[in-house]
Amino acid sequence: MENLIALLIAAPLLGAAVLLCGGRRLDAVGHWIGTVLAAVSFVFGAILFVDLLGKDAEHRTLTQHLFSWIPVEGFQADVAFRLDQLSMTFVLLITGVGSLIHLYSVGYMEHDERRRRFFGYLNLFLAAMLLLVLADNYLLLYVGWEGVGLASYLLIGFWQHKPSAATAAKKAFLVNRVGDMGLSIAIMIMFTTFGTFAFGPLLGTHEEPGLVGETSEGTLTAIGLMLLLAACGKSAQVPLQSWLGDAMEGPTPVSALIHAATMVTAGVYLIVRSGAIFNAAPDAQLLVTIVGAVTLLFGAIVGCAKDDIKKALAGSTMSQIGYMVLAAGLGPIGYVFAIMHLVTHGFFKAGLFLGAGSVMHGMNDEVDMRKYGGLRKYMPVTFITFGLGYLAIIGFPGLSGFFSKDKIIEAAFAKGGTEGWILGGCALLGAAITAYYMTRVMVLTFFGEKRWQPDEHGHEPHPHESPSSMTIPMILLAFGSVFAGGLFSVGDRFLHWLEPITGHDHGDAPISAATVTASTVAVMVIGVTAAYLQYGRRPVPVVAPRGSLLTRAARRDLLQDDFNHVVLVRGGEHLTRSLVYIDHTLVDGVVNGTAASVGGLSGRLRKLQNGFARSYAVSMFGGAALLVAATLLMRAV
Amino acid sequence: MNPVNYIYLAALLFTIGATGVLIRRNAIVVFMCVELMLNACNLSLVAFSRMHGNLDGQIIAFFTMVVAAAEVVVGLAIIVSLFRSRHSASVDDASLMKL
Amino acid sequence: MSFPLLTATAVLPAIGAVATAAVPAARRTAAKWLALLFSLATLAFAVAILVRFDPDGDRYQLTESHSWIKEFGVRYDLGVDGIAVALIALTAVLIPFIILAGWHDADPLETGSKRWRPTQGFFALILAVEAMVILSFEATDVFLFYIFFEAMLIPMYFLIGGFGDRAHEHGEEVASTQRSYAAVKFLLYNLVGGLIMLAAVIGLYVVAGSFSLPEIAEARANGSLDMVTSTERWLFLGFFFAFAVKAPLWPLHTWLPNAMGEATAPVAVLITAVVDKVGTFAMLRFCLGLFPEASKWATPAVLVLALISIIYGALLAVGQRDIKRLVAYASISHFGFIIMGIFAMTSQGQSGATLYMVNHGISTAALMLVAGFLISRRGSRLIADYGGVQKVAPVLAGTFLIGGLATLSLPGLAPFVSEFLVLVGTYASYPVVGIIATFGIVLAALYTLVLYQRTMTGPVKPEVSAMPDLRVRELAVVAPLVVLLIFLGVYPKPVTDIVNPAVEQTMSDVQKKDPQPEVEAAK
Repeated sequence: MENLIALLIAAPLLGAAVLLCGGRRLDAVGHWIGTVLAAVSFVFGAILFVDLLGKDAEHRTLTQHLFSWIPVEGFQADVAFRLDQLSMTFVLLITGVGSLIHLYSVGYMEHDERRRRFFGYLNLFLAAMLLLVLADNYLLLYVGWEGVGLASYLLIGFWQHKPSAATAAKKAFLVNRVGDMGLSIAIMIMFTTFGTFAFGPLLGTHEEPGLVGETSEGTLTAIGLMLLLAACGKSAQVPLQSWLGDAMEGPTPVSALIHAATMVTAGVYLIVRSGAIFNAAPDAQLLVTIVGAVTLLFGAIVGCAKDDIKKALAGSTMSQIGYMVLAAGLGPIGYVFAIMHLVTHGFFKAGLFLGAGSVMHGMNDEVDMRKYGGLRKYMPVTFITFGLGYLAIIGFPGLSGFFSKDKIIEAAFAKGGTEGWILGGCALLGAAITAYYMTRVMVLTFFGEKRWQPDEHGHEPHPHESPSSMTIPMILLAFGSVFAGGLFSVGDRFLHWLEPITGHDHGDAPISAATVTASTVAVMVIGVTAAYLQYGRRPVPVVAPRGSLLTRAARRDLLQDDFNHVVLVRGGEHLTRSLVYIDHTLVDGVVNGTAASVGGLSGRLRKLQNGFARSYAVSMFGGAALLVAATLLMRAV
Repeated sequence: MNPVNYIYLAALLFTIGATGVLIRRNAIVVFMCVELMLNACNLSLVAFSRMHGNLDGQIIAFFTMVVAAAEVVVGLAIIVSLFRSRHSASVDDASLMKL
Repeated sequence: MSFPLLTATAVLPAIGAVATAAVPAARRTAAKWLALLFSLATLAFAVAILVRFDPDGDRYQLTESHSWIKEFGVRYDLGVDGIAVALIALTAVLIPFIILAGWHDADPLETGSKRWRPTQGFFALILAVEAMVILSFEATDVFLFYIFFEAMLIPMYFLIGGFGDRAHEHGEEVASTQRSYAAVKFLLYNLVGGLIMLAAVIGLYVVAGSFSLPEIAEARANGSLDMVTSTERWLFLGFFFAFAVKAPLWPLHTWLPNAMGEATAPVAVLITAVVDKVGTFAMLRFCLGLFPEASKWATPAVLVLALISIIYGALLAVGQRDIKRLVAYASISHFGFIIMGIFAMTSQGQSGATLYMVNHGISTAALMLVAGFLISRRGSRLIADYGGVQKVAPVLAGTFLIGGLATLSLPGLAPFVSEFLVLVGTYASYPVVGIIATFGIVLAALYTLVLYQRTMTGPVKPEVSAMPDLRVRELAVVAPLVVLLIFLGVYPKPVTDIVNPAVEQTMSDVQKKDPQPEVEAAK
C-alpha cells in the first residue's frame, strides 16, 4: 500500500512531462490527459484513505523510502514520503478540488490556443503540492514548496503577453522567495542543532517526543520565527501578503485552485506540521497568532473596498487564511480547527472563485462588480452555487463555514487571559466584516438592476450560463460547501481523525461555547444587514465614488504596495545603479588606473630612447662613472 | 721612469677620447676617439703589466688590438655605407631607430 | 606498464587541436566535424576515467610519474582524486556542446567584411584549452600545474580577442576595439596573478625542496616539514591571489564581465564553466592541501570577500542592460558561493562547493548558450531590444527559463543541491555568514526573473516577430543539458559518491572536524 504514495505524485508529474514536452500533436487531447491523470491521483488518494480508515487510529502513518537524495558526510536527505492523517486530509483536498478544477478548466480555457500547456502547468502544480504535503523531511518539503511557487509563477503569468500578468507573476515569485529564505534558514538551524531535518526523529510522536525537546527555547523560537516567515510568504500573510491581489491576473481556475484552495494554505500546513516546535516556543506561537489576527482584519478590510470581483475574493482568502494561521498559532487548542477550516474553505472558496469565473465567462471577462448587477436571472446555476458558497463563508448556521469558523473563534477565546479576549475579539470583528464584504459581492453581482454597458467596440455582454463542464464542478463544490462542515463536526469526527497527529487541548474558555456561537451569528447578521442597507436598497453607481480615506487606502491594499514600491523597488534601483557605477569607476578604476600609470611611466621612459648615439654615450659614461664612484666609495668604507 | 706616469697619460688620452665621442658629430672623428680610448686602455694595461710584473696585461692588450682591428673593419664599412646613402657623416642624423 | 589513461585523455584533444588546425581552409565543415569527433573521443576517455576510478580507493589514482627536469625536481606527475574526476568529466561533457553551439560562430563573415576569421583556428583553440584544463586538473606536481594554469591563457586570449558576435549594435569597428580591450584585460589580470603564483611556487620549492603535492602534503601532515608561520602565510597568499583572479573573487572580478560580454556565447561558457573552475579547484587542492594552517588563518577574510562577491555580483546583475554581462555577474555571485563553501571547512560546504562547480558549469552553459542563440537571431546583446519572444519562439523561451531557474537554484534542478549544501555547511561553522548569504537566493530570483520578463514576456516587439524557434542543432545542445540539470537535481548521488571521499581527505588535510549537532554535543 505504501508504494501507492509515490504513484500519487507520479501521475500528475507524468502528465506535466507529457504535456509540456509533447508539442502541438497533443493539443487536441492534452486537456483530457491532464484531467484524467489528476483524477487518477485522486483515486489513488481515495484508496489510501480507505486503507488508513481500516487501521486503528494510532497506526495510521505510512512511510515510503524511495532513495537517498543528497548523501554527504553528516548530512542525510532522503526522498521519502510520509502519509498520515494530516497529509491524507491535504491529499484528498488537493486531488479532489484539483480534479474538479481541471474539469472546469476544460470549458473555461476552451478558446485558448495554449490550453495544453495550461494543463501541463496545472499538473505540475498538483505534483509539487502533493510532494509538499507528503514529504518526510523539511528539505523535500522545500522542494515541493518552491515547486508550487514555480507552478504559481507560470500560471499567474500564463497570459504572458500582458505585461501586468508577467509583473504579477514575478512579484509573486519574489515575495515567496523572501519567505523561502525563512524556510531555508530554518532548515539550516535544524541541521546544526539536531543533525537532521526529518519529521520522524525531529518532531517525534505522542508516545516518544522527538529531538525538539532537547534544545533550548531560544533555538526553537528562532526556528519557529523562520518557519513563520516562510508561511507568511506562501500564505500571503502580513507583511508578505502583497502578491496575492496581483496574482489574480492569472486565469480564474488558477485563482481558485492555487490562490484560494490549496497552495496558499501551505503555510498553515507548515505551522501545523511543525506543531511540536511551536508548542515549545510560546513566543513564536504568540507572533503566529498576531500575524493571523492582523491578516484576518487586513484582508477583510481590503476585501470591502475592491470593485474587482476576483480581488475582493483574494482579500477574503487572505482574511480566511488569517483565521487558520490564528488557529494554528493557538497550539493544540486550534490545530485541528485550523485544518478543518482549511478544508471547508477549500470547498467554498474554490466554489466562489469558479462562480466568479463563470460570471466573467458570461460577461466578456469583465471583472468590475459595479458593471454587473441582476445576474441571477441570467445565470441560475452560478447564482445558486455561488450563493451557497456565500452562505458558507459568512458562517450561516448549518453550513460548512459556520462550523469551522465558529470553532476557531471559540478556540481564540479559549486561549485565555487578555490575549484570548483580544484574539477572540479580532476574530469576531473579522466575522462581521466578512459578512459585510461577501454580502456586498453577492448583492453587486446578482441582485439589483443590470448595470453593464457596451464596451468600447460596441459589444454588449450577453450574460449566459456556462457549459456543463464548468457548472458540474461548481455544483459539486457547492455540496461540499454545504455539508462538509456538518459532516466533520457531528460527533467530532474530524477531531478524532486528526488528534493523533496534532494533539488536542480544550483550553479554558472564559465564556461558554453557546455564547460564542450566538455572538458569531449576531455579528454576521449585523454585517449582512449593513451591506444590504448600503448596496441593496440604493442604486449602485457604476463609477466608484471617491470614498473615505480608509476606503481609498484599502483600494490600494492599505498602501502596503506603495511602501514596498518606495522603499524596496526605488531603493533597490538606486542601490544597483550606484553599484554599477561604483564597479565601473572604483573597482575597475583602480585597476585601470594602475594600468594607466604604468603606461604613463613607460611613456616618459621611452623619451630617453631618442635615437642620438651621443646621448646614449652620455648615459653609458654616466653609468660607468657611477659604478666607479660606487666602487671607490665601497673601498673607502 | 716611474710607470705611474704612463697611467696618467692613459687617463689623459681616455678623457680626450671620451670627450671627443660625446661632443663631436662627425662619425669619423667619433670613431677615431673611440680608438683613442681603446689605446688608452691598452697603454694602461701594459703599464699595469709592467708594474705588477706579470704578462697578463700585455696579452690582453694584444687581444684588444685584434678586437679593435675587427671593429675598424665593421665600423668603417658602416660609416661608408651610411655616408653613401645619406651624404652625411653626422651621427645625429642617424636616429631612425628610436621608438 | 598500464595504459596512461590520464595522459591520453589530455593528449587526445591536443592532437585534435593540431589536426583541426591542419585541415585546409576550404574544408571548413570537415574541420568542425573533426573537432567534434575529437571532443567526443575525449569524453569517452573521461568516461573511462570515471569507470576506472574507485571512490573508496587511494587518494590519487591512475597515477603516472616521470622525471622531467631533474635539476629542479620537476616531475611529470599525474593523478586524480574524486574532485578532479568530477571536474574532468564536466569539462569533457561541456566541450562537445560548446563546439556544437559555436558551429557557425567562426564562419567567414559576409563578403565585403575585412575581418578574417579562421574557422579551423576557433575549434583548434577550444580543443587546446580543453587539453590544458584537463592537464591542470590532473597534475599533482605544483610546477607542472603552474605551466598549464598559465599556458591556457594563450588560446583563451585568442578566442576572446579574435571571435566576437556576428553583429554588434555599434558596428564592427567598436566591437573589435572592445574585444581586444577585453582580451588584453583578461590576459593581464591572469598574468599578474600567475606571476605572483610563480614567485610562490619558487618559494615553495625553496622551503620544501620538492614540487610534489602528495609529498609536501604528507610531510606537512607527519610534521617532518615545518614551515615558519609567516612564510606559510605569504606562500598561501601568493597561490590564493592567482586562484582568486581566475575564480574570480571580488574585487578581482572586473575582467570577467568584459571577457564574457565580448566573447561569443560558447567561448563565454568556456571561460566561466570550464577555465574558471581551475581557480576554485586549485584553491581546494593546493591552498588547503599545501597550507592548511594559513588557510584557516585566512578563512575569515576569504569568507567576507566571498560574501561580498555573492551579494555584490547579484546586485550588479540586477543592474545590467546586457544579457551576457548579466550572466557574468551572476557567475561572480555563484563563484562567491563556491569559495564560501570551500573555506567554510565543513564536509557539507566542501562537497557542496565541488558539486557547485559541476552544477554551475552545466546551468551556466544552458543559460548562456540559449542566450547566445537568442543574440545570434537578433544581433543585439541589449535586454531592451527584446520582448515577447515567448510568443514567437516558445521552445527557446522555455529552455531559457529552465536555464534561468537553474541559475536561481530552484529545488529539483541540480544547482539547488549544491547551493543548499554550501549554505548549510557555512551556517554550521559561521552562522552569520550563512544567513547573509541566504539573501543571495532572493537576489538571484530577482535578476533571473527580471531578465526573463523583459526579454521573453510582454507584447511581441516588431524586430523579434520573425524570430525562428530553436533549430535541431541548437536543441541537440540544450536538451541534454536540461536533462542533466534535472537528473543531477533529483539524483545527485553518482557525483556525491565520487566527491565525498576526496572531501573527507581535504578535511583531514586541514585537520578540521565538522561541528557536532548541538543536541549530540550536549550529550
